[in-house]
Amino acid sequence: MGAAMTESTHASESTTECTTTSTTTRSAPADAPVPDTRETSAPGRDLSDDTRLGLYSTMVLSRTYEEAILREYHADKGPGFDIGKGLIPGEMHLSAGQEPVAAGVCAHLTAEDAVTATHRPHHFAVAHGVDMKKMTAEIFGRTTGLGRGRGGHMHLFDPDVHFSCSGIVAEGYPPALGMAFAFKRRGTDAIAVAVAGEGAANQGAFHESLNLAALWKLPVVFIVEDNEWGISVARTASTAVSSNAVRAAGYGIPGERIEDNDVEAVYQAAGRAVERARAGEGPSLIEVATLRLWGHFEGDAQGYRTDLDDITALDPIPRYESRLREAGVLDDAAVDSARERAVTQVEEAIDFAKDSDIPDPADLMKYIFAEEER
Amino acid sequence: MTSTDTTQATQQARRRLNTSKAMVEAITQEMERDDSIVYLGEDVGEYGGIFSSTTGLLERFGKDRIIDTPISETAFIGLGIGAATEGMRPIVELMFADFLGVCLDQIYNHMAKIHYFSGGNVKVPMVLTTAVGGGYSDGGQHSQTLWGTFAHLPGMKVVVPSNPADAKGLMTSAIRDDNPVVYMFHKGIMGLPWMAKNKRSIDIVPEGEHLVPIGKARVAREGSDATIVTLSLSVHHSLDVAEALAGEGIDVEVIDLRSLVPLDREAILDSVRKTGRLIVVDEDYLSFGVSGEVVATVTDVDPGLLKAPVKRVTMPDVPIPYAHDLEYAALPTRDRIEAAVREVVS
Repeated sequence: MGAAMTESTHASESTTECTTTSTTTRSAPADAPVPDTRETSAPGRDLSDDTRLGLYSTMVLSRTYEEAILREYHADKGPGFDIGKGLIPGEMHLSAGQEPVAAGVCAHLTAEDAVTATHRPHHFAVAHGVDMKKMTAEIFGRTTGLGRGRGGHMHLFDPDVHFSCSGIVAEGYPPALGMAFAFKRRGTDAIAVAVAGEGAANQGAFHESLNLAALWKLPVVFIVEDNEWGISVARTASTAVSSNAVRAAGYGIPGERIEDNDVEAVYQAAGRAVERARAGEGPSLIEVATLRLWGHFEGDAQGYRTDLDDITALDPIPRYESRLREAGVLDDAAVDSARERAVTQVEEAIDFAKDSDIPDPADLMKYIFAEEER
Repeated sequence: MTSTDTTQATQQARRRLNTSKAMVEAITQEMERDDSIVYLGEDVGEYGGIFSSTTGLLERFGKDRIIDTPISETAFIGLGIGAATEGMRPIVELMFADFLGVCLDQIYNHMAKIHYFSGGNVKVPMVLTTAVGGGYSDGGQHSQTLWGTFAHLPGMKVVVPSNPADAKGLMTSAIRDDNPVVYMFHKGIMGLPWMAKNKRSIDIVPEGEHLVPIGKARVAREGSDATIVTLSLSVHHSLDVAEALAGEGIDVEVIDLRSLVPLDREAILDSVRKTGRLIVVDEDYLSFGVSGEVVATVTDVDPGLLKAPVKRVTMPDVPIPYAHDLEYAALPTRDRIEAAVREVVS
């Protein structure tokens, strides 16, 4: 068992697997090797057809969901664009383009595992099996929502699958430690997955959490979604290293960077990290070079972006679809079936939300403290 | 509790403890009955807490439950929050309340809001203990009380014991509460051998299970001429003043708030209805805080209850200075309290 797996190994895997679609303009982080102390056998190179179909279906479901949210969000913002108007008011951070991260990671999880997500949480919520109807109702601010209209899309809590998210950058990491701490003490093999963006890697909470999780060997998998943009600031303008995976070495844990938004590479890396966590060997860090296909939030004109011209070619879902078609895993019927199932589930959730009651202002002060619901 | 236990408790009802030992006794008794409780913080293990908040707990419960953390308040308070949402009952210590600046996001945006954001579906049964207060020249980053800041932010209960029995009873209630409770202990009430201590920091403490309900103020001294509403160490300064003035025929009532969230507004109103005169003594800063809230509690209901203008004896709006004489010029001392009472009753 050696520490032979390096970042260059993974980069070459990705390149090999993505030769037909490697149109990315993203540069690989080549200035420093990523330390990787993981002890592992060689990763399985070939995923089963079922696994690949599962990854694809999850990504399609997530995208279908966000397209529907996008449609409903903009349906009644006019005249002009008033962010506070409409059936879905407020900031809306959509995750389109980042589906490979959630699909690849959550494929290894069960409902007993925890996920703490970010202000851009829908893809992880969908992939982890959050109740879509209740989530949608929450986004619509209804009484049937996950938080009965108190949370909104940045504050989704589904205890049935141990899902939560936070609107504060990097601050979802520390609670994940506590969930992992509780699971470990209870003697289960459940783990916690903590998600943050690349901008979060410059926050104190990120570093405190990596140190503490490593120190106490907590069963956590830290995910960094590098979509290259912290709102309008490019990662090159915010971050001193070209791969946040190298920061894992500072805490003596494995760190790995996945290039090119490659869902199968994410799946394999997450599999290793999840296995390590379940085995009681401690946390790992995985950074994924992913893609913010749309704006930071809806209404963001993105004038600061220079990478939009070719962006549709980078969309991970058609790319993965063509890859699976070439591999003989997908055909027209399977694609149609995945989309139809997704549309049915999503539209049922939208209808459920729209049919649900709006909270009574008289109930404003309910749920601040626990005894008030008794 | 069995009848035998009750008898034992009665027989030993005269037992006296200092505040830190009373607090530790509550934690010990609760940890014995509930193994989901752990105590996390800086120097809470072998050291026993800088202000003796955990003395002896490591020896009793071991390193798995009395856990020294790195100096990473955001990480370990957040850890407590996550553990609480997964069914544990962690007690997490922020060594000084002054340190909330490095971890406030976990406290007010997460610990305090998760229950509400989740529509009541996720509970955070966690106790955040923290040492507060000055008077020993520790400078302006280690002497603040800041309870008004915590109490201002919705979603967490805030308890502030003033004496050994309440320290035990409020700790027991805090641990059993299904909500996040911030438990703020003044260094000057703990009975520490290395710090000036008031005479009431060692007092009778019930030996068995002892609960003090959170949200109920205590009439620390009954009186008819004026009401002092106060909390924590200032309760003792106020009692000292009341006892001194009794010899002159000035009969002062002292209300010990015991908790700020919930605030026992009825207790404040009941006393002011009786005396018609109000002095608020608060070691927190003057403006935008507890003292103003107490006054508004009265004036919101009926300004006519007051026969004289209110006096507030608080820390003025100044960073707490180091030099002894400067610090004592800022603290709500007995002299300042006495002068305020005399003015209100004159």
